Amino acid sequence: MKIAVASGKGGTGKTTVAVNLALSIGKVQLIDCDVEEPDCNLFLRSDIDKYQDVILPVPRVDGNKCIQCGKCVQFCQYNALAVLSSGPMLFPQLCHGCGGCMLICPENAITEDERITGVIERSRSDARIDLWQGELFTGEPMASPVIRQLKTNIREGEGEVVIIDSPPGTACPVIASLRDVDYCILVTEPTPFGLNDLMLAVEVVRQMGIPFGVIINRNGMGYDGVEVYCNSGDIPVLMKIPDKRQIAVLYSEGIPFVMQMTEWKGHFLKMFEDVCRQILSTKEN
Amino acid sequence: MVKEMKVCITSMSDNLEASIDPHFGRCRYFVIADPDSMEFESFENAGSSGPGGAGVQAAQQMINRGVTALITGSVGPNAFSLLSAEGVEVLMAAEGSVAEAVSAYRTGSLKKLEAPNSPGKK
Repeated sequence: MKIAVASGKGGTGKTTVAVNLALSIGKVQLIDCDVEEPDCNLFLRSDIDKYQDVILPVPRVDGNKCIQCGKCVQFCQYNALAVLSSGPMLFPQLCHGCGGCMLICPENAITEDERITGVIERSRSDARIDLWQGELFTGEPMASPVIRQLKTNIREGEGEVVIIDSPPGTACPVIASLRDVDYCILVTEPTPFGLNDLMLAVEVVRQMGIPFGVIINRNGMGYDGVEVYCNSGDIPVLMKIPDKRQIAVLYSEGIPFVMQMTEWKGHFLKMFEDVCRQILSTKEN
Repeated sequence: MVKEMKVCITSMSDNLEASIDPHFGRCRYFVIADPDSMEFESFENAGSSGPGGAGVQAAQQMINRGVTALITGSVGPNAFSLLSAEGVEVLMAAEGSVAEAVSAYRTGSLKKLEAPNSPGKK
């Protein structure tokens, strides 16, 4: 079973929910898909080792064979190639690695090279939680290939619980993180900004056909628009995490709050059961 | 034989009275003018709303059309490397009309851009 934790707005508490949920359940795979800033391990502090490189194919153009016809330039949807009067010029960071330029070149002037854009890491076997994380190298623009490769390492099967910490927003890296999950927990905050971005995230999960529910973090700040929206749209509110100083202090010290406020393990487990029920009822329908 | 001068100005619309659009890759229109006769042609920037590589696409258009000088407000690194490799002169003008930019070009009062001045997209 794969449960993603996502949000429209950043900084609402995705990692807090993912880590505390993982620790409450115990035996899970935690997949940190926020590859531009993987931060689950700030709270778990496990030793992690490199597991594999993320390799993207990238074209190499033989300047001697290139006749500057511009067919590859016209073909490339990402404008990763250009042709000057003196020959071709390549912009590897714009390339998505589809290989189309290679197929379309009438002179067979294009071959494929490899480029390493990130790395997949894994916690050691003695860690509390089986943590996997992707890391996109600084300056690299494309997070999705790292996320896709990271997710190929998920072990599926009877009794496997997988928690996926998604990046914020509603763009490609989020879609890559949410693809094929059984459920999505959307974490939001009770502010107009939180509501606005929650509504965008709801549109995404609805379009992807993923059952979902909402966690309101820092609950009790005074704005009730999020709850009104959830109630009127028949969206289950799975949990409310109060706007409490103790939680903020623990967060600032890098301590998952269920480790000290242990009654919350029960709350997370109950929520997990609710999620499982919602998944089952969706499958039955 | 003197090389024909083709000056391209990034523009908000399709004529000489239009305001300059200061962003090269994502400008709305390109106006290509002969600075001596003031004859011109204009076309929409098809790449203005694309997801990425707008600068590369715009620079390729300049190269394909044989533009000798570009007048705009900002150019990113990818576009700049293409334009400089092809020897297209890049001149700075971020405001005023297209016609004013061409006049300024004729009097030689526009500052040359020596390096990319916008972060662009890597």
